[in-house]
This record gives sequence, structure tokens and C-alpha cells, in this order.
Amino acid sequence: MFEPFEYEFFVRGIVATVMAGALCGLIGVYIVLRRMSYIGHGLSHAVFGGAVVSYIMSFNFYVGASIWGFMSALLINATTRRRPFIGADAAIGIITTASFALGIALISRYRSFTRNFDAALFGNILGVTNDDLFAIGAVTAMAFILLIAFYRKLLFTTFDPEAARVYGVSTEWIDTLFSLILAATIVVCMQVLGVTLIAAAIVIPPVTARLLTHSFSYVLVLSTLIGAISGLAGMYLSYYVDVSSGASIVLFAAALFAIAMLYSTVRERIDVARGAARRRLAVAHEDAGIFD
Amino acid sequence: MLHPVPHEFGSSDPIVEFRDVSCGYHGDAVITHIDLKIMPYDFVGLLGPSGAGKTTILRAIQGAVEIYDGDVLVDGASTRRRRPRAGYVPQLEAVDWNFPVTVEQVVLMGRAADGWLPWSSKEDREKASQIMERLGIAHLRNRHIRELSGGQQQRVFLSRALISSPRLLLLDEPTVAVDIKTRDDILHLLDELNHEGVTVIMTTHELNAVAAHLPWVVCLNRRIVAEGPPSQVYSPEVLKATYGADMAVVEYNGMKLVAEMPHFLGREGRGRIDATIGEED
Repeated sequence: MFEPFEYEFFVRGIVATVMAGALCGLIGVYIVLRRMSYIGHGLSHAVFGGAVVSYIMSFNFYVGASIWGFMSALLINATTRRRPFIGADAAIGIITTASFALGIALISRYRSFTRNFDAALFGNILGVTNDDLFAIGAVTAMAFILLIAFYRKLLFTTFDPEAARVYGVSTEWIDTLFSLILAATIVVCMQVLGVTLIAAAIVIPPVTARLLTHSFSYVLVLSTLIGAISGLAGMYLSYYVDVSSGASIVLFAAALFAIAMLYSTVRERIDVARGAARRRLAVAHEDAGIFD
Repeated sequence: MLHPVPHEFGSSDPIVEFRDVSCGYHGDAVITHIDLKIMPYDFVGLLGPSGAGKTTILRAIQGAVEIYDGDVLVDGASTRRRRPRAGYVPQLEAVDWNFPVTVEQVVLMGRAADGWLPWSSKEDREKASQIMERLGIAHLRNRHIRELSGGQQQRVFLSRALISSPRLLLLDEPTVAVDIKTRDDILHLLDELNHEGVTVIMTTHELNAVAAHLPWVVCLNRRIVAEGPPSQVYSPEVLKATYGADMAVVEYNGMKLVAEMPHFLGREGRGRIDATIGEED
């Protein structure tokens, strides 16, 4: 049972996936509730463009890709705020695919590329280094601290940005802060999950948590836990089933979603049945009163 | 019963003032060249058809629209320079009812901009309890907002507005989609708050409820058509200029009310309508 933990690369991988899962689960709550589920998928593509540019300019990958992702997120926010009729989904589609296309164009232009970008696309958990772990840990800690510190303002801005502005919350500043956290999250999680699977890791945990509770604070806690557990269990299972760890993590999270869906359906039916029983009992009591 | 507090242009300065204001969105003016003064302790209803600029006026007071001409002043300060703090109750249609928040969490949002702690202070939670108690929703504090009736939902957002003890309360169609009893309760509650010193500005389509509860109305159709007490403002001419439709006005218990009219009367023109008014009188 503990055999995989004898390998250092596996322990590093599982620490990385637990942190990345928890981080994506936490950030994902705000993304899903802002109806921007597609942004995880889009920004991870945008960051890919930034990664290529960083490589060409011999710039640090984390810093270059983070700045690129941050700028893309700001551009998406500015576009939807200035031209609301465009819609967040269309703005995400335009800006992030353009950024991704730029990365592809640069790769095809500079054919002397020696670096393999497969890891960025599909994730490479087994290749996680101590530097990667440090980066994921630092971003996870930063995200937790900032999201807790600005909890009330973020909640209000996510629920009703227009009213939040009227009540004195600086929503533009909160949006900028959130864009920064999101861009940093995407960049550090690319190494673990890859561009293609980040979107699922961001969307599945909060939606699963939402099926289980109506309270925002509980959704945050549950989503973070579901993300972390999916990272742990998915990585562990991938060792025995011998499949890609990124795919295994997402499939495990999807299985949890299916269970939560089943649970909420059963609970709903029980509530309906109980309500009907209560009404029948009330009518029976009323009838008994009439005929007494 | 008519409201006892008159709209007075006495020695005090207006709490809200529009000076020759044209404003709107993305370069298109929704309201043009309006002058309007709202005095402290006023209880004002903004009336007009859809697209007349009622919500735009509320948004202009909040500093949330583009001002093309003139200036909007709140407490003497231009909204271009400083966004005013006011209690705001949005249209219920604009609320995301699937958002995972409880009644108490929504009420406490009204204090989100104050304080640096990530959790609500003890004083804020006590104040939220008092307000929810007063508005009769304390027992619903842990319920999800979607599980409430229309009237209860309206009270949740009113509680959120009141937790900061605002001097100015803005409400966007607070009586929409509620039954007559609930509408009456909401308007009585606003009346009580107004008597406690809160200036209330609300948009509505409920002409007769306004006549019964509000001392001052402003009829809008991209400009101000008329303003004053409903008993003076409600006339077929003003309503025609505001809504672009013929409307019959009848008097009942000292109030002017707008009568529902069979469709054929509208088709057959003013002469027939005036005759109907004569019969009612």
C-alpha cells in the first residue's frame, strides 16, 4: 500500500498534486460563481503563449508566463466591463486563443526550438522539481492568505459587483487582485496538470461542493478539500492503474461529482416525499376533526 | 392615508441634486437635461415606462453611469469626484438566486467594505440580527435565499441596505412580483424608515400604490414630465405625456387613482374616456 511512497519522485508528485488540487478547488469557487468556467481553460492556453515568449527572450518561465497570464486576465476583465454585450465567454475565447496562436506562431517561426512543450500541454508530474514544489507552495500560500484576508469583499464582488461598488467595495481593485492570483495559479499548475486538464480541476470541485451545501463558506472549504483529495487519490491510483496522473486526478474528481449528484438527487426526492407525507398527515388530522 | 411629511424646499440643502444632467451608457444619453432636487427626509417615487430612465437616475446617484452634461451632487459633492455611500436594493430579477449564500451572509454584505477582518465583527452580527428581527426574517437567517418568498427576499436586500444605517436609500422596483399584501407591507416599512429620517427614492410601475403611500412623485420619460404630490401630478395629460397612452384618473378618499380601462375604450379615443371619468366623479 505504501510502496509508491518509497520513490522520491512520487512523493514530490503527490505533494504537488495535493497543493495544486486544493489551489484549483479554492480559486474555482470564485470562477464558477462568476460564470467564467471557461477562463481556466482559456488562460492556460494564453499562458502557453507566454511560456513560449519567455523561452525565446530567455526570461524566467514562472515570471514571464505569470505576467502574460495576468495581462490576459486583465484584458478579459476590461473588455467585458467596457463592452458588456461581448460577454465574458466571447472575450475569453478571443484573447486567450489569440495568445495561444501567438505561441504556436512563434514555435513555427523559430524552428530551432529544442525545448519540449509537451509538459506544458499535458503535464509532467513525474518531472516535478524542488523549484516547482516551492513555486506551487508559494502560490498556494499566497492565494489562501489573500482570499481569506479579502473574503468579505470578494464574496460581495462575486455575488453582485454593481451593489458592491455602491456599498464602497473597490471592485476594480478586487478584480485585479483576483486576476493576479488566477494567473499565478494557472502557471504553477501547468507543470502538474497541463494546459488541457486545468479547466476540469478548476470547475469540478466547486460544482461538486455546491451540490452538497448552500453556504458560501462551506462551499469554499468543501471545494478545497475535494480538490486536494482528488489530487491525492488520483495520483495514488495512477501508480497502480498505470495511466497519466493528470487524467487520473480529473477522472477521480469527476467520479466524486457523480456521487454528489446522486446524493443530491436522492436527498431532493426524500425531501419531496417527506413534504407530501406531512401534507397528507395534516389533511388526515383536519378530516378527523371535521368528522368527530 | 397620505404621507404627513411634505417635500419642502426650505433652508436645508438638497441631499441629491441633478443640475442639467444628461447621462447614459456607451455614449447614448438615456436621460437628457434634467434638473431635480431631492430634499433630506423625502420619500420619492420615480415613475415612467420601461426605458424612461428610472434606473438610470438611481445609477447616476450612485455615480455608476456616464455623465455627458451637467453634474449630479449628493450631499453637495459631485459623484464624478466621490462615489456616495447609500443603501441600495437592486431589482430582484438581477439577483443570482443559485448563488450559495444564506440570508445572514447577504445581510452582512452591507458591511463588507468596512473593517479589515475577514469575518464580520460582533457588532455587525448583532446589528444584522436586530434588523432581521425588525423585518421579520430573523428565523430565516440560515436559509438559502432562493428558498424564500418574494416579500421575504425583498426584506433580505432591504436589511442589507439598512445595516449601514444609510441616510439615503435607493430601491429599484421594490414592489415588483409581490402580492398586494406584501407590497403594502413593504411600502409601510419604507414609510416607517422615512419617518425615522431616511431619505427614500424608489422606482416603480405601481401608480396606485404610490398614490396611497408616497408624498412625492417624479414622472419621467427620458426627461422630467412632472413632479409633485400624486394628487396634483396624476392627470390624464401628465400620464399621457409620461406613458404615451390614454389613462383615466379617478378620485377616491382624497387620492387620485389611475383606473384600469377596458381595451376598447383606449381604441375609441379620449372623448369616451373623459365620459367615463365624468361618470366616476
